[in-house]
Amino acid sequence: MLSTFDRQLMEATQAGLPLVPRPYDLVAQRLGVQPAQVRERLADMLHEGLIRRIGAVPNHYRLGYTANGMTVWNVDDALVDELGEKVGALDFVSHCYRRPRALPNWPYNLYAMVHGHTRPEVERQALQIQCLLAEASCGHDILYSSRILKKTGLRLPSTES
Amino acid sequence: MNARATLSALSPAQQAIDPIDAMLIHRLHGDFPLSEQPYREVGQQLGLTEQQVIARLLRMLEDGLLTRFGPLFQIERAGGQFVLAAMQVPEHRFDAVAAQVNALDEVAHNYRREHGFNMWFVLACTSGEAVLAACDRIERETGLQVYAFPKEKEFFVELRLPA
Repeated sequence: MLSTFDRQLMEATQAGLPLVPRPYDLVAQRLGVQPAQVRERLADMLHEGLIRRIGAVPNHYRLGYTANGMTVWNVDDALVDELGEKVGALDFVSHCYRRPRALPNWPYNLYAMVHGHTRPEVERQALQIQCLLAEASCGHDILYSSRILKKTGLRLPSTES
Repeated sequence: MNARATLSALSPAQQAIDPIDAMLIHRLHGDFPLSEQPYREVGQQLGLTEQQVIARLLRMLEDGLLTRFGPLFQIERAGGQFVLAAMQVPEHRFDAVAAQVNALDEVAHNYRREHGFNMWFVLACTSGEAVLAACDRIERETGLQVYAFPKEKEFFVELRLPA
């Protein structure tokens, strides 16, 4: 569970780090603590994995990655973990997860996100995944994203604060 | 840091991006300093002033080239959950349903995808109960079924998209 201070830190920075010369000082001032406390706790949160990274989140469409395919695969349950590791290791796969099926409408249990500049590029990447999965996969699909409807990232719900 | 190699591999769309912006995005993927004046420190590494770094970040956020700049929290390390969910939304209701779904703070990302399951969003919540509550609320407000696909296993990947 989040400590009160962690929650305050998250609320103060989840929309972004202040774009001022001394951003941590400003956060500390808002929270009524010493700047060193903010920097030290952020460092600890990075170390603990509670913060994945402090950095920029680009709009990948604007960087030229206009073909973003969520490839989904129906993989033998006995083999999916072993094969998932191999799919995740492909250098063009940005995320790879095993998720539950929702039968009968949704038979897929392995998800691999791939990003390309064109759809043929994404299809070539999907083909590589297909070769790797071989007969362990009995069906797949590629769901291209056509619009970002929202991309704010995590927000602690205001009702809880 | 390998900004030059990255820049040489840019697509035409990327080439439209100012090379200094591209270098800054590349540098700011992670490892942002926890020093007193972190923008100055980054600027020194790239040959920019503190004010130039800040001004470029502001502009890129305003332009939408960046969607965010700051800490990315992994709420699962504090008992929270990120859950992928999907809906089959009738086309004529798509925008209205998108507005209903996006109105929830818990919805961190939402993408339209070309499929019968045409709306895919991520719920980021501080507890599993909050995820269920958010799904229930969306179903109640839209009258549509929410398919939740919680991750059962994450296979290790490194984000390697050049920027």
